[in-house]
Amino acid sequence: MAAEKFEISLKKLEEAVKKLESGELSLEESLKVFEEGVTHSAICSRKLNEAQKKVELLLKQKDGNFTREEFLSTNDK
Amino acid sequence: MDLFVEKKILTVSQLTNLIREVLEENFEHLWVEGDVSNLAMPSSGHLYFTLKDSGATIRCVMFRAAAKALKFRLADGLRIVLRGRVSVYDQRGDYQLIADYLEPQGLGALQLAFQQLKERLAKEGLFAEARKKAIPLLPQTVGIITSPTGAAIHDILNVIGRRHADLRIIIYPVRVQGEGAAAEIATALYDMNSLGEAEVIILARGGGSIEDLWSFNEEVVARAIAASKIPVISAVGHEIDITIADLAADLRAPTPSAAAELVVNSKLQMSADCAALERRLLQAMQRQMATALSTLEILKLSLKNPELLIERFLQRIDDLQQRSTAALAAQLQTGRQRIAAAGDALFYKSPLLRINSTLELMHNLSLRSSAAIRARLEVAGNSFAVNAGRLESLSPLAVLARGYAVARTLPDRHHVRRVEQLSPGDRVELHFIDGTATCAVRSIKAAETI
Repeated sequence: MAAEKFEISLKKLEEAVKKLESGELSLEESLKVFEEGVTHSAICSRKLNEAQKKVELLLKQKDGNFTREEFLSTNDK
Repeated sequence: MDLFVEKKILTVSQLTNLIREVLEENFEHLWVEGDVSNLAMPSSGHLYFTLKDSGATIRCVMFRAAAKALKFRLADGLRIVLRGRVSVYDQRGDYQLIADYLEPQGLGALQLAFQQLKERLAKEGLFAEARKKAIPLLPQTVGIITSPTGAAIHDILNVIGRRHADLRIIIYPVRVQGEGAAAEIATALYDMNSLGEAEVIILARGGGSIEDLWSFNEEVVARAIAASKIPVISAVGHEIDITIADLAADLRAPTPSAAAELVVNSKLQMSADCAALERRLLQAMQRQMATALSTLEILKLSLKNPELLIERFLQRIDDLQQRSTAALAAQLQTGRQRIAAAGDALFYKSPLLRINSTLELMHNLSLRSSAAIRARLEVAGNSFAVNAGRLESLSPLAVLARGYAVARTLPDRHHVRRVEQLSPGDRVELHFIDGTATCAVRSIKAAETI
């Protein structure tokens, strides 16, 4: 699931920040961790912006399959 | 009474029929209250039990059709009110109550049903915390199972629209009250899982009476929620209404709007969290770089001027030297003090002291002895003077002094005591007190008598 990947990326981003903030890394290690952090940060923002607003109504047919139609609630009208 | 008079003989069946007629006519619509005991639920679906109070018991039956309509489960010990009629069970000659409706006393039937189901499912572990699935942090597709015309969907879409949250929403329309609603809800949950598009499901219904919300207290719904692999947020009724669905759900939102807030806020929160993390990442890296740069600066400086470093070392050496000298001096001082102390101690125990005192003693003794000797000598001297005086008085010189002279022969200087020792012509020496005179003897004349 996309959300799972988001959560992993978020966790890795958090770890990178913590590691870098600890100040215990050599400069070389810091750069590596920073790079990882930036990568995961990018993944997170992509995931955050991926979803698009869309409201569908799921309709079950007699044969058990589903059709979808756009849902317009009263306040959309 | 007529029967006695006419002496008409009845069969058992005839009598039983007569009794039943009497009973059924007179006890047709009754409400009876009592405690349930000896409950039996055979596979036929009929319920058999005894109703009793402290003074009496009566056998009861509830046939399958009526029993199926019961929301709650009958149990021994339950105090109930039942509606029914009295009849006779011909084969045994028992009279019995045939119940067509019954309800628990005190609690309403629905409340009791709710409690019973809650207890049963809780015992089964259906509501256990360990079963609860985590709600995803960033759901992009949200499934909503609710009525498409109800207040709940309206509220949810309102919240999402207001927050401009970009979410994909799949609505699965169901009836949320009335006969068959529970089964529809359960089916919707299974369908959502087999479609597998939603990352979280909101099961929602607006507020209503306990009867209105009843579908969400049905076992089929609870089981469908528990079986869902997709996390389920329940949002049924108002905050005070807690349904079995709420207990079985992975998360309970107090209202449908709150459920929407949860999902939307989660997204907004994540967005803010990510931004904050990115900022911290950048800041930490900048700090790291700044530290590295300043370290480099310092290193560069010391590289340019090694003298400074050497001077610093020299200073340190000086310092160490001073400190060690001082320490050494202090140690020496201590040593000296200890030696002095030991010398003193030694002196007081030294034989020299004893020698000195012995010498002193000896000196004293010698002084004393010489004094004694002097004293003795003085005494002796005194006696010598006396004796010498006496001696002097005896001395020939003293005789001479008195004017006498002594004659001695020459050359041999014999003391002349008698004249007969002399002959004329001899030479004699006369000793006077103040000198001598040599004389020649001319004649001799002996004394006549003396």
